Amino acid sequence: MRRPLARRLTALFAAALLLPAVAGCGVDEDDAGLVIYSGRNEKLIKPLLDDLEKAVGTTVAVRYGESAELAAQIQEEGGKTKAGLFFSQDAGALGALATKGLLEELPQASLDKVDQAFRGGAGDWVGTSGRVRVLAYHPGQVAKVPDSVHDLVKPEWKGRVGYVPTNASFQAFVTGMRVLEGDDATRAWLKGLKANQPKVYENNLKVLDAVGRGEVSLGLINHYYWYARVAEKGEGKVGAKIHFLPGGDPGSLVNAAGVGVIKGSDQVPAAQKAVDFLLSEKAQKYFAEDTKEYPLASGVTSTVEDLPPLNSLEAPRIDLGRLESLQETLKMLQDAGMV
Amino acid sequence: MHSTDPVSRTDPAARPTGVTPPAGRPRAGSRPPAALLVPAAVAAVFALLPLGYLAVRSLERGPAFAWDVIANERTAQLLGRSLGLAAVVVTAALLLGVSLAWLTVRTALPGARAWSVLVTLPLAVPSYVAAFAWLSVFPDVAGFAGAALALTLVSFPYVYLPVTAALRGTDPAQEEVSRSLGHGPLRTFLRVTLPQLRPAAAGGSVLVALYVFSDFGAVSLMRYDTFTRGIYTSYRASFDRTPAAALSVVLVVMTILLVAAEARTRGRAGHARTGTGTARLAVPAPLGRWRGPALLWCTAVTAIAVLTPLATLGYWLAVGDSATWDPAGLLDTAGTTLGVAAAGAALTTLLALPVGVIAARYRGRPASLLEQSAYAGHALPGITVALSLVFFAVRYAEPLYQELPLLVCAYAVLFLPVAVAGTRAAVLQSPPVLEDVARSLGRSPLKVLREVTVPLAAPGVLAGAALTFVVCMKELPATLLLRPTGMDTLATRLWTETGTGSFAAAAPYAAALILLAAVPSYLLGRQRT
Repeated sequence: MRRPLARRLTALFAAALLLPAVAGCGVDEDDAGLVIYSGRNEKLIKPLLDDLEKAVGTTVAVRYGESAELAAQIQEEGGKTKAGLFFSQDAGALGALATKGLLEELPQASLDKVDQAFRGGAGDWVGTSGRVRVLAYHPGQVAKVPDSVHDLVKPEWKGRVGYVPTNASFQAFVTGMRVLEGDDATRAWLKGLKANQPKVYENNLKVLDAVGRGEVSLGLINHYYWYARVAEKGEGKVGAKIHFLPGGDPGSLVNAAGVGVIKGSDQVPAAQKAVDFLLSEKAQKYFAEDTKEYPLASGVTSTVEDLPPLNSLEAPRIDLGRLESLQETLKMLQDAGMV
Repeated sequence: MHSTDPVSRTDPAARPTGVTPPAGRPRAGSRPPAALLVPAAVAAVFALLPLGYLAVRSLERGPAFAWDVIANERTAQLLGRSLGLAAVVVTAALLLGVSLAWLTVRTALPGARAWSVLVTLPLAVPSYVAAFAWLSVFPDVAGFAGAALALTLVSFPYVYLPVTAALRGTDPAQEEVSRSLGHGPLRTFLRVTLPQLRPAAAGGSVLVALYVFSDFGAVSLMRYDTFTRGIYTSYRASFDRTPAAALSVVLVVMTILLVAAEARTRGRAGHARTGTGTARLAVPAPLGRWRGPALLWCTAVTAIAVLTPLATLGYWLAVGDSATWDPAGLLDTAGTTLGVAAAGAALTTLLALPVGVIAARYRGRPASLLEQSAYAGHALPGITVALSLVFFAVRYAEPLYQELPLLVCAYAVLFLPVAVAGTRAAVLQSPPVLEDVARSLGRSPLKVLREVTVPLAAPGVLAGAALTFVVCMKELPATLLLRPTGMDTLATRLWTETGTGSFAAAAPYAAALILLAAVPSYLLGRQRT
């Protein structure tokens, strides 16, 4: 009984070992004219990237992952990276690659389409869509929504705020506060927030849902999560509402998702065409209508009904390039016992 | 050196205390033959790749910087949290695993066969799915308790399976004699059976502990900060590899200490019988008035560990929009997943075989070094292992980079211990005297391995392979970074779908993953020798 079993097993395993060699012939990115490492979710942007392939006129292969992990991968790959274009969910990961000198300088014509606030200081990356920090609130529990994140450290909000300290957008917001108000003020705010026992969640959607259920009264999230939930469930079924903070409050920071062309890649021409496509009216409308983000190229406005126009927001003016000092923010969050 | 008399071994009456003579005891002093040593060394080098990478990366900015990261107060704090969580999960997994193994293999439990399948099913549930299921039913469970609960429920089969295999592999004669001497089933279990299960249970415990160390999904959903979560945060928030690498080194040291400690407590424990034995099952112990409680125990564990995630998935499948269903894509992804997991299991088992045999049969520095190296990568977060392979592949094996073989290699580095543990426990149970006889008859070491050791240990090796297959199917971070561009597994699809918060759309992939991973679990549960 045993020996034939062992023999059969050996045969089976040998076959399994050969499998990768056979299957390896399937997908071949070497045929691809452009390889995109995308930190943006496939569900959100695949249709757009399908159109991008037509616009660029060459085969496009997309590798999906987490923005930060892909940035680490590109650094690890060094000059031998297969990526031609990095499509990041936030400015921070792009800033990190730019600082390491891994991104190509973009043509001025492409850069000029976007407000200076949403591009790399050295012209080595450009924002493609904007995401605004907002306060989600439970209408039944909150009579007057605070107009500043500074209010969240007041005793009345003790145990009633939900947030995601590990989330890149939250950390970018804290970095923004450091840039706007200084390290001491930020440290004091974090200390006050921590003392107010906010509830920690895994991601922004969990915060939004918790606010909707009334588990917490307020939540610190990005605006488009609310629009996506409303599109999915209908406004009546989403318990939470959102509030855009006025007066240049750090809590209403506008961060950008964006792209950078990988330096030294033989895909540079194709990657630059891709950048131009992402800044085209068609792509910008896609961000406005499908991912519920803010178009960043001038001349394109959102058609989503109740999304206030970007220039109507009283967002703080800040150089997104300065958001790359994340390491200090992380240290501060660690010292506050938040991450 | 291992001068044990095979006759006295099968005569438990001569040892009324139930202490089995160390038949499978390692041969102190003797060196493993080259036929084993060379392939085992290859496996070890493989497993040590991440360590080499970590050394390069963590020292990139000089030892002072690395030390600053490690000496941080927070490092000790996170380490303490990981150790505490591991201690609780291991204890709970031992309790569940050993009790269920004994009930399903050695007692007249009604429906034992079905139970043995049911209680291995949690293995098929990724930790992040289990955590999500629990949170969606009990939002307040988050934190230490929630993390411990979710991790215990997905990892206790790591103890259950080897212990079951050990129970099936041990000669029931000793227990029968104990029973015939008037000892009750419980007493017989504690004094005769349990000591024989020590190597298998210890091996399983190490796997559970390493699982806890490396887990990111469950602790992250449960909002409980552990060491691995700290490493992830470091990567994600700072885009900096140096601090994350320095922290990872601490995790490797912790693993090596753990494996060394386990080897020490394992001591000389080793249990074998002559021959493969007849295909005879132990006479099941009657449960008597314990029948009710025993059934209740099995029902409770199954309900908690299997039904909760399945019910949650069922709910999401039910509320899901049928438009999100993509049967063709699902089928395609399932096929890919099966293929890469099978290849991963095959390579891992192949590499684990010589290491497992050496770990079971030989004592001394080379043997323990080999075994400990095999565990080096297992406690590391998937992203660290993946980045290390990126590092080596782009430098020394560029044609393989982002091709399937490299992904399969990553699985081997990550899961070598799973296969080694199974092999070692199985080899420990087969008597070395048979190998000696074969050697004395002029067989080469390699032939002995093929014709005696492996067939004798086949059930355990198989169990290890099946386990590896299941864990490969569930793996996420390394798969994300190393898969060929455009390739998807069920786990990566699951990640994509949940990334936009559409749990309803993710449910079919989670269900398919659990269903497919349940097949080897089912076979493991049914396996009779």
